[in-house]
Amino acid sequence: MAKHKTPLLDQLESGPWPSFVSDIKQHAEVRAKNTQKVNYQIPVDVCDDILGILELSFKHGRTHWKHGGIVGVFGYGGGVIGRYCDVPEMFPGVAHFHTLRINQPAGKFYKTEYLRQLCDLWDMRGSGVTNMHGSTGDIILLGTQTAQLEEIFFELTHNMNQDLGGSGSNLRTPSDCIGQARCEYACYDTQALCHFLTNQYQDELHRPAFPYKFKFKLDGCPNCCVASIARADMSFIGTWKDDIKVDQAAVKGYVGGEFKSNAGAHSGRNWGPFDIQKEVIGLCPTGCMKYEGGKLSINNRECTRCMHCINVMPRALRIGDERGLSIFVGAKAPILDGAQMGSLLVPFVPVEEPYEEITEVIEAVWDWWMEEGKNRERLGELIKRQGFQKMLEVTNIAPVPQHVQEPRHNPYIFWKEDEVEGGWSGDINEFRKHHQR
Amino acid sequence: MDIEAAKKLIVEQLEKKSKSKSKFYLKDFYAFLPDEKPRTVKNLVNDMVAQGILEYWSSGSTTMIGLKGTGKQAAAEDEA
Ligand code: SF4
Ligand code: SF4
Repeated sequence: MAKHKTPLLDQLESGPWPSFVSDIKQHAEVRAKNTQKVNYQIPVDVCDDILGILELSFKHGRTHWKHGGIVGVFGYGGGVIGRYCDVPEMFPGVAHFHTLRINQPAGKFYKTEYLRQLCDLWDMRGSGVTNMHGSTGDIILLGTQTAQLEEIFFELTHNMNQDLGGSGSNLRTPSDCIGQARCEYACYDTQALCHFLTNQYQDELHRPAFPYKFKFKLDGCPNCCVASIARADMSFIGTWKDDIKVDQAAVKGYVGGEFKSNAGAHSGRNWGPFDIQKEVIGLCPTGCMKYEGGKLSINNRECTRCMHCINVMPRALRIGDERGLSIFVGAKAPILDGAQMGSLLVPFVPVEEPYEEITEVIEAVWDWWMEEGKNRERLGELIKRQGFQKMLEVTNIAPVPQHVQEPRHNPYIFWKEDEVEGGWSGDINEFRKHHQR
Repeated sequence: MDIEAAKKLIVEQLEKKSKSKSKFYLKDFYAFLPDEKPRTVKNLVNDMVAQGILEYWSSGSTTMIGLKGTGKQAAAEDEA
């Protein structure tokens, strides 16, 4: 028998998709029965009270959570987010309901044994409710009390070789795609670089260092499986310099219907016979491909490495051999000015240990942002405020054609007086007499 | 930089403002020590937290820093 009546939440279970409401109800029951004889360290009815407080928030049309707090673990300024409810006498099980962020392993590879250990720990010392994974990739443990924080931290770090992730004005947990472990499109070892950056910048990850949050995301190719270009202050996206490798016999195989396009990903429905002209050549965003006389040709100088043709015909087309990554800066989800995609800063850099060419750029960007960034101003907003040209200056990168999206589109490359022969000798007032604004 | 003098200055500045405000952005600390690089000040502030002089307050998205024991305290945070 449920502790609280939750008609509004129950309605959420009626849709065709699995519902978190059903999951939490199920776990509330598991905790109440406790057939595993877990030595619960926080109230047994925490899950019932989550449902209760949610129902009340739905009824009132406002939240009953108080967000934020002083709580944390010793030596760390991130990884724990304090949360309390404002109706503790009604829902004592969630009077404290702190969140822990757990730094996911690079590429999110872990063993079931590890997951069991983590869940056992969380069942005993927390609500048992998790979010796999949060938008920074962290494993999120939702809901525990202050006295449990150090205990959980000790267990994680001493017995599970597991660290907390970032939160607050820290470097956030770097997050990467599965990369070379499983994916033939990967242009660099995303996991190696993600792991390296995580270790290299431990101080920034665990202690507030910046005006606001800062995210690294790493994608092995422009398919951007972790959407780095849309949601990281600094994204590292794999690319190549030389030509796409073409296997003409395999191209014929696709045209003849021997191989399924997109490796069979769209086979749930009959789309008719494969049409290379319509599905590949015609959709190439730069119009740099031709299929004539049974032969595919690509003008690689025009190709922007969008991955489309390779995704459609993975057996016939492969990424080039001269591989590295591009660095983009300033993406963020909507805050002030709407969503913003990353801007290309470094078109190509080889990815080699000890990654000095990469850390140099990172640290120059941080120095600038720490100095100039306003409170709660993301890097992308600083770039907008002070100009991309300033970004090029602080990173000591010379403007190149790749910085220009299209002619007259990027108004951030300006001449300065000392770059112009004779300087600014014109008289603006004289000029305005004849030329209205 | 004389570390002890810098720490003292930070504590004095925070105490001076403590009537109106108990939590500060990291950037406010840069202003207390204008001759130092942000990175140096950041490290000093984080050391002062480790030493129990200052403490963090985090909303989850931003972190603020204040004198330990001022403002609402952890023990009372769950009170309305
Ligand atoms: S981003 Fe590219 S390399 Fe990484 S998993 Fe996706 S397709 Fe593969
Ligand atoms: S990767 Fe994209 S731009 Fe390049 S040839 Fe293929 S479809 Fe065209």
